Amino acid sequence: MAEKITLEVVTPKGAIVSDDVDIVTAPGFAGEFGVLANHAPFLSTIKVGTLRYKKDGSEVELMISGGFCEVSNNKITFLVESAEHGHEIDVDRALRAKERAEKRLLQTLEKQDKFDRTRAEAALQRAMARLKIAQRQQ
Amino acid sequence: MASLKDVKTKIGGVKKTSQITSAMNMVAAARLRGAQQKMEDFRPYTEKFNQAMTNLSANMESGQFPLMEIREVQTVEIVIITSDRGLCGSFNANILKAAEKLMVRYEAEGKKVSLVCVGKKGNAYFKKRGTVRKAYTDIMGSFQMFNARSIAQDIAANFLAAESDKVHVIYGKFQSVAVQRPEVEVLLPVQPEASGSDEAAETGAAAGDYIYEPSPTEIMDVLLPLYMNVMIYHAMLETGASEHAARMTAMDNATRACRDMIHDLTLLYNKARQAGITAELMDIVGGAEALKG
Repeated sequence: MAEKITLEVVTPKGAIVSDDVDIVTAPGFAGEFGVLANHAPFLSTIKVGTLRYKKDGSEVELMISGGFCEVSNNKITFLVESAEHGHEIDVDRALRAKERAEKRLLQTLEKQDKFDRTRAEAALQRAMARLKIAQRQQ
Repeated sequence: MASLKDVKTKIGGVKKTSQITSAMNMVAAARLRGAQQKMEDFRPYTEKFNQAMTNLSANMESGQFPLMEIREVQTVEIVIITSDRGLCGSFNANILKAAEKLMVRYEAEGKKVSLVCVGKKGNAYFKKRGTVRKAYTDIMGSFQMFNARSIAQDIAANFLAAESDKVHVIYGKFQSVAVQRPEVEVLLPVQPEASGSDEAAETGAAAGDYIYEPSPTEIMDVLLPLYMNVMIYHAMLETGASEHAARMTAMDNATRACRDMIHDLTLLYNKARQAGITAELMDIVGGAEALKG
């Protein structure tokens, strides 16, 4: 197999992933990007979405919420607020969160509250990202 | 001398107290394990975060970010992180003393001091002084990142509105189960650590080759508020762990003191009992002698 890159996903609750992988794909600031071994040093903010990595032909998906990532010395580190494996996602909870966020978004649209609106939007994004991965897992 | 019955009730009371204190000791020990675990889980995040920060700020002027702006200090804000509950020895008192010392020092320099109290104890202590700008209570029980975030947002907004020019944070640093001491850190303006100058210089040199997405300035705009979250969350975790450790020691001491007291009281009880028996015997013997006569 070709050269590998060390992937680390770190959240405030500890390291979620620490592994040598073939390729990493993540939702960056300017859109989805992929990183292979020996990538040039790189620093980007991360949006809510799906982090994918391949190791020996098998692909793993993670839901990640905002943060940033750094590539240096053949090592890619994600610092995100939360990360969940596909099978860890609680679909019911995500569905409820989605409904809640949608309702709140409607309310904030009436009230023009910018702060609450960004918060509701972020919550909705997270719920959608979770559901997307969970559906693919089944 | 105290009556037999009095001593007996007292022994019973002390025994009950010791049961409570030893139960609290065990609860604190269990909670401490949880808090310590959380702290350890959080450590890699902070380390990586600080690395990235130093990396990024190495090739940037600090003047261009409002959160890093160094102004002439007129108002100092002190964020005091204490526990919500008492019965943990001198833990909170030590933090409050350190905070007060800092306050007095700034006030002597003619600067205004405003306080943000996290945890009930700090608020209860400083409330009567009337300098508490904001208080967050009943959040030390469960550590949640969003609590830290709302505190950080509030402090940052206050700083950006030039209501405060410098922000300190005081918390109980967890050194070991036996040692916790108050720690003062500067929160704002943000000063990326220049520690380990060799290492910093090394990474700083490499930082020039980085590809940034979006631009370094924009990344910094995202990172700075996050950095505050991390700092405050970290301080809260440390205080939480320290609180439980302090309570554990305090309750252990209390249980031991109870045991000593029970020992002394039992001695007193036996003495009183014996004195009673002796007195009765004297009576009987005296009575018998009188009859004989």
